[in-house]
Amino acid sequence: MLSRTADHLYWMSRYTERAENTARMLDVNVQTALLPQSAASAELLWRGMLGISELQAPYDTRYGSLSPQQVLEFMVRDPANPSSICACLHAARENARAVRGTLTTEVWETINSTWLDLKKRLKDKTPERDPSQFFEWVKYRSHLSRGVTIGTMLKDEGFYFARLGTFLERADNTARILDVKYHGLAEQGVLDADSEEGIDHHMDFYHWAAILRSVSAFEVYRKVYSDVITPARVAELLILRADMPRSLLNCMNEVVSNLGHVRNNLSGETERRAGLLQADLHYARIDDILQRGLHTYLTDFLGRVNEIGNRISRDFLVPLAAA
Amino acid sequence: MVANGNGDVHSHYAQFNTWLAEQSAESLAFKRAEADLIFHRVGITFAVYGDDQGTERLIPFDIIPRIIPAAEWRLLEAGLRQRVKALNLFIHDIYHQQNIIKAGVVPAEQIFCNAQYRPEMQGIDVVGDIYAHIAGIDIVRAGQGEFYVLEDNLRVPSGVSYMLENRKMMMRLFPDLFARNKVAPVAHYPDLLLENLRAVAPRGITDPTVVVMTPGMYNAAYFEHAFLAQQMGVELVEGKDLFVDDETVHMRTTRGPRRVDVIYRRVDDDFLDPLAFRPDSTLGVPGLLSVYRAGRVTLANAIGTGVADDKSVYPFVPDMIQFYLGEKPLLNNVPTWQCRKPQDLSHVLAHLPELVVKEVHGAGGYGMLVGPAATRAEIESFRERLIAHPDGYIAQPTLALSACPTFVESGIAPRHIDLRPFVLSGQDITMVPGGLTRVALRDGSLVVNSSQGGGTKDTWVLE
Repeated sequence: MLSRTADHLYWMSRYTERAENTARMLDVNVQTALLPQSAASAELLWRGMLGISELQAPYDTRYGSLSPQQVLEFMVRDPANPSSICACLHAARENARAVRGTLTTEVWETINSTWLDLKKRLKDKTPERDPSQFFEWVKYRSHLSRGVTIGTMLKDEGFYFARLGTFLERADNTARILDVKYHGLAEQGVLDADSEEGIDHHMDFYHWAAILRSVSAFEVYRKVYSDVITPARVAELLILRADMPRSLLNCMNEVVSNLGHVRNNLSGETERRAGLLQADLHYARIDDILQRGLHTYLTDFLGRVNEIGNRISRDFLVPLAAA
Repeated sequence: MVANGNGDVHSHYAQFNTWLAEQSAESLAFKRAEADLIFHRVGITFAVYGDDQGTERLIPFDIIPRIIPAAEWRLLEAGLRQRVKALNLFIHDIYHQQNIIKAGVVPAEQIFCNAQYRPEMQGIDVVGDIYAHIAGIDIVRAGQGEFYVLEDNLRVPSGVSYMLENRKMMMRLFPDLFARNKVAPVAHYPDLLLENLRAVAPRGITDPTVVVMTPGMYNAAYFEHAFLAQQMGVELVEGKDLFVDDETVHMRTTRGPRRVDVIYRRVDDDFLDPLAFRPDSTLGVPGLLSVYRAGRVTLANAIGTGVADDKSVYPFVPDMIQFYLGEKPLLNNVPTWQCRKPQDLSHVLAHLPELVVKEVHGAGGYGMLVGPAATRAEIESFRERLIAHPDGYIAQPTLALSACPTFVESGIAPRHIDLRPFVLSGQDITMVPGGLTRVALRDGSLVVNSSQGGGTKDTWVLE
């Protein structure tokens, strides 16, 4: 397969996955914002959203002050923000268009319709009128893109590169959601305990439930633990459970297996590193991770995922000129 | 009611007319909207240059087919074969012995002063002596119904994907029509094309790797490039995907370099190789020409075919047919005045309001004067340009082009049409019945180019 083709397929699924995760995070924020809370914690909520994608600085340059409407605008429709839903779905569509001949008709038409529909929805102000319905739609379109890829594409290299993109992006996004939300909440816990009003202990439940919902894990949590929600278990579910589709371990399992399918004579070291990261997750215990510090752990994880992404580009997607 | 200009129903439209009369206006309107929606979703669009939004527009599609009786098509097909065969012989001759110039049939300056003449091709042998592997010959009917060739497109003719998609759309919208009429199929075109490309692989290559080369996704015809690559099951490459090493063209793949044997290139000559042609081209492959000249890769079409489809060479095509084949031309040329000739120029200047004047190197319907439709001021400004640069222009009579019933805002009305059949030359000359019918949607307009508001129709060759 042409390296450029593989590159477009890989990024097509990465951007689709990113759009979905942005929608998930925004949806949870919009819902959480409905809970009674102090102005400080509400602000923290929206700052956290920007922090996840490392977009605090560009946001401040652009808007100065923080308001939910502006953060939503920035994360939904700003074409200059590479993580906005609009930018991601556009990039996904442009990548698909560049290799439309390699995709099945269904995959191409799904991704193209998503983009055409999005333009209509942005014009109709759907995200402003009914944000939750809009985020549902983004998630649904991402499910559809992924489903039609799995359901119609030949399982050749192109398919495996598309899948690699999905899971590398998801690994990155889940780690970021967990990192920022976890720390946001920890800080807020301190904040709220010290504040004069004090805070209802049940509030914690809503925040942890929100994290779970942002990765479609609320019902899964109940099913797996049949118990109250605790931070340690939330972290365990999202990091170490192999059967949890958005967990870091499951993402790495998929990365390793898809990498194996596209192996070439340059990719040995990349496979070794991905395998090592997978093994680390596989044999890890949540207590050790929390003891070491979740933030440190996740920062290290993000660095390693990022390095694997760079190595995949080098090995397969943008090879140097004539050997 | 489908009728010709005199109000008579053409007999080959009778069956279709009966069907049309049975359809309700709502159902037709619904089908037309459905067609629009599907074309958008499928992304059968073309990019509009100079629009920074990257707007993609649909080429308007008309649901009333253009119908050609099989007997007429047989005549056309024979004429097309003859013409393309002669054109290939001509290009080969020009880049070898130049007998036609020595014989005084075509003046030397028409060739050597032509920007499309490529001295790099002189003395180079190409596989099978085929240069124009894919030709799009523009045909119109005029007067009493006789066919005229308007233009020979021998460089990178486009539009074949619309021919195929239009048929697919018609079959999807109106399956019952196809049950009632024996419409000759066209869907095997990509197969013919692939077979044709494989047949012209460099000598000694039994299982050639064929690719389609595109300038990229922002090119107006990108949809077609991707479509053809997909339909043939070959890679769609850009210049940056290819490189030359060891006198061979390779493409960069996820498993390392892979050799390429046949390139169906949809990139103009000028941009193919920055080392040989335009040095600023980022669309090409450095060193491609040297591999090509060594006969180690096939380009389709060959470099330098423009020397035969230029408007200043067009008037000589009937003579070429006589010269190379010893046959009488089966298809008419439109009578053409060459403004470089003083007596032709004075005739043109005296009859500007009746004539169509075209730039010799123009394309896409730009830079032309349609006398009967032009204002006095337009005619006068064109007159000045003609006097200043007579070499740059030719003129032709305004033909009474045939019209075909077409959906327009006011209902169904006749609109002028042309036809572009696609002729493939490899081991044999092959083509699918019909071609792309383009229609001028504005009342009275003779310009069918999509860039100028033209639309397309499905083309039926009917047994």
